[in-house]
Amino acid sequence: MDEYAIEMLDITKVFPGVVANDKVTLRVRENEIHAILGENGAGKSTLMSVLFGLYDPDGGSIRVKGKEVRIRDPNEATALGIGMVHQHFKLVHTYTVTENIILGMEPRRRDGTIDIASAERRVAELSERYGLSVDPRAKIESITVGMQQRVEILKILYRDADILIFDEPTAVLTPQEIDELMSIFERLKAEGKTIILITHKLREIKEAAERCTVLRRGRFIGTVDVASTTEEEMAEMMVGRAVKFRIDKEEAKPGDVVLKVEDLTVMSSKGHPAVKGLSLEVRAGEIVGLAGVDGNGQSELIQAITGLKPAKSGRILLEGRDIAHLSIKERVEAGIGHVPEDRHKHGLVLDFRLDENLALKTYDKKPFLKRLGVLDFAAMAAHGDGLIGQYDIRAGKGSATKARNMSGGNQQKAIIAREIDLSPRLLVVAQPTRGLDVGAIEYIHKRVVAERDKGRAVLLVSFELDEIMALCDRIAAISKGEIVGVVDAATAEERAIGAMMAGVRGAHPAAGRRDERPAQGAS
Amino acid sequence: MAFASKDSAKAKARADLFDAFIGSNGAISVIVVVLGFLCGTLLILAVGKNPGNMYAALLQTLTGLDVTRGTWNARYIGEWLTASMPLILCGLSMGFAARTGLFNVGAEGQYIVGLTAAQFVALFGPQVPGLHWALALVAGCLAGALWGGLVGWLKAKYSVSEVVATIMLNYVAYYLSRFFTQLMPAANTYRTPAYPETALLKNGLFERLTNGSRLNTGLFVVVICVVFYWFVIERTRLGFELRATGLNKEAARCSGIKVTRSITASMAIAGAFAGLAGVIVALGSFSYGRVLGGLDNYGFNGIAVALVGNSTAGGTLLSGLLFGMLASAQPLMQSRQIPKEVTWIISGLVVVFISLRAGFKMIMDWRQKRLAEKGRQRDE
Repeated sequence: MDEYAIEMLDITKVFPGVVANDKVTLRVRENEIHAILGENGAGKSTLMSVLFGLYDPDGGSIRVKGKEVRIRDPNEATALGIGMVHQHFKLVHTYTVTENIILGMEPRRRDGTIDIASAERRVAELSERYGLSVDPRAKIESITVGMQQRVEILKILYRDADILIFDEPTAVLTPQEIDELMSIFERLKAEGKTIILITHKLREIKEAAERCTVLRRGRFIGTVDVASTTEEEMAEMMVGRAVKFRIDKEEAKPGDVVLKVEDLTVMSSKGHPAVKGLSLEVRAGEIVGLAGVDGNGQSELIQAITGLKPAKSGRILLEGRDIAHLSIKERVEAGIGHVPEDRHKHGLVLDFRLDENLALKTYDKKPFLKRLGVLDFAAMAAHGDGLIGQYDIRAGKGSATKARNMSGGNQQKAIIAREIDLSPRLLVVAQPTRGLDVGAIEYIHKRVVAERDKGRAVLLVSFELDEIMALCDRIAAISKGEIVGVVDAATAEERAIGAMMAGVRGAHPAAGRRDERPAQGAS
Repeated sequence: MAFASKDSAKAKARADLFDAFIGSNGAISVIVVVLGFLCGTLLILAVGKNPGNMYAALLQTLTGLDVTRGTWNARYIGEWLTASMPLILCGLSMGFAARTGLFNVGAEGQYIVGLTAAQFVALFGPQVPGLHWALALVAGCLAGALWGGLVGWLKAKYSVSEVVATIMLNYVAYYLSRFFTQLMPAANTYRTPAYPETALLKNGLFERLTNGSRLNTGLFVVVICVVFYWFVIERTRLGFELRATGLNKEAARCSGIKVTRSITASMAIAGAFAGLAGVIVALGSFSYGRVLGGLDNYGFNGIAVALVGNSTAGGTLLSGLLFGMLASAQPLMQSRQIPKEVTWIISGLVVVFISLRAGFKMIMDWRQKRLAEKGRQRDE
């Protein structure tokens, strides 16, 4: 008989309006790497939050090492030897590695002061044992994201956890860092730890996990042996139907340069340069992808192009015209469409009706604007109905639906509809499919390619290298605010792009070809 | 769905109706007011008085009908409306800013600068019938707009919190008003000489109709303001921009709306409403300039008015009339041995109960959760 480290039986968790977990069963063997696979909203995080004591389940039981337990808060989970590495790290940036690790359980001397030296020794010892090579005295703000993740791992090892939960651990890592994480997994396993890996990336599961539990829409679909199951089979379990991995698109027929960014520098909100002397070109009829790890200046670049943030120096040319000093409205009118990274913050007014959201950039134009600054809301509703039909936006009350009451996929469709409806010369698309289900992803990809085929220039930012590889005609790798290299997607090698994302110049045999071309054109 | 029985369809319709009712802000306001009166009634019972007397006093305020004596006097109606006018305007001031996502605690200060400006024009303006008070209205309106717009501009340009700025400017306005009013010729420490007749907002027709109440031409101003509020917010480009800014400033900016302009415009218009309230009180309810000895509190009460009225034009009108009724019913209640403080307790409770909105939302969430569970069980 198998020895289980964790048994979650018939777990049910209900949130207002949605059953997040519906009699889900998860059995994790002692000392195995067990993946939990599912789309966004499938209930993976809810299930793990139940295990970690963040949520109280509405039904079902939990056994840890054969003993039935009730986990009411994270402290109880910790006491049971369960630790969690969250997707968004919970670290104090101005503290050192050791200070962060001991936070909440500081070792004290007899006089009540903190015994930092002994803690540092223990951290160094753990780091050594698991091959994490973390400097216990480094400040968090001075180490890389990959290192910060290892600090999170040390934090739970320091608390003697032997069941480690990783929530989407690779989302913020470069491909190289992902490789390193995989070897850390092996090391942890060799030391007798049990690992639960939450992810929606099939390749990682293939690489690291032994068994995999698949969830779909809050329900338990099955647990499979990873070695004897193909990626396609797992994808089908996850989505509920056969999935196409490749996007059908014809070869691009690039035309004139639409967007030309020259020597652009943009400051971050903290006041240091986030984009440093960056130059980039996007032509009509092509999709240029910006590949990079989150936080390497992509957001600032897009904000400078769309006018949300001022450029410190450099030029932004749209069809030869410098737009760097135009207002946001003038840039929209000049022909820039923008599907923003954060659709709730920048894309939609959630408490506005759908038709109002669909007219958010054109409300002050005909046919909506009548004399004396009065708006024609009937025209707005008609316009909304048109786009709803054209883009297959599902909304309960049609034009009158509050954007807040729509699903993420339909919200994103609404934004795409609004932006494409502007007939922009340049479409800036950031993270268009984050958090969406496979159907919506396919649809949005199709629309973006269709825009390209209409002869529009598309600049795509995504943290998912797979999405960049599948969708783009050219790929520019960005690292620390600089373009490391530009390659044709047709000849691009994923490993090499990964290296460029980490800042290694010349990592790709084909890279830089276009960079070397002498600057020409508008100047 | 095809298998859903008639019964469950009916039950669903009923549940939808319930949700729509609970979910509607107007309905919540009504429930809250009813609860407030219920508590007031219990309180009166607790001190051993007859709550019927309170309702008789309120009825007399609203209709002029004295049920105990069987007499009718329209003056009470006039006084009720007069008391409501500045409350409605200050409610509009608070509400207009709130629709743009701003918390205007400064209606009191904007009211004071409006009032002070009106007193100046009344004493020094050209004594031409019709023009004199109209000029005072314009001056008060502009003064309030400037006082509010200044805050909006500081917020838009330098991210100065409008809450702090407005609270502080309330005191600046108060002491400036005292200072300048005392400087006026023949003014003493509490009043100026009487205004010339042409400055007053008196309305002979209203006086006759309401048996000599102080109801005045300001009523037209209030009606125009309520309509203007509704029209601008719900129907115009400016209103669309203001609402978008209030609901999601970042998305509004991203769409090209000039958020800084929205904020300044919104605060200026809010200030104008409060400034007009100042004019109406200065020239409608008084016939001489006052050196303020304390805050009139219309501005602060406007916050409660807007809260209960959900910052909509119609809601604010109704809730202003409600608070005006409570205020002007006080003497009638005292004459019926009901402590007048009950009215303040009721208004206070109404504002406290408005926070029940969160509670109603919890009920909604709980119901949806149960429905989801039921739906799941049916699926199995």
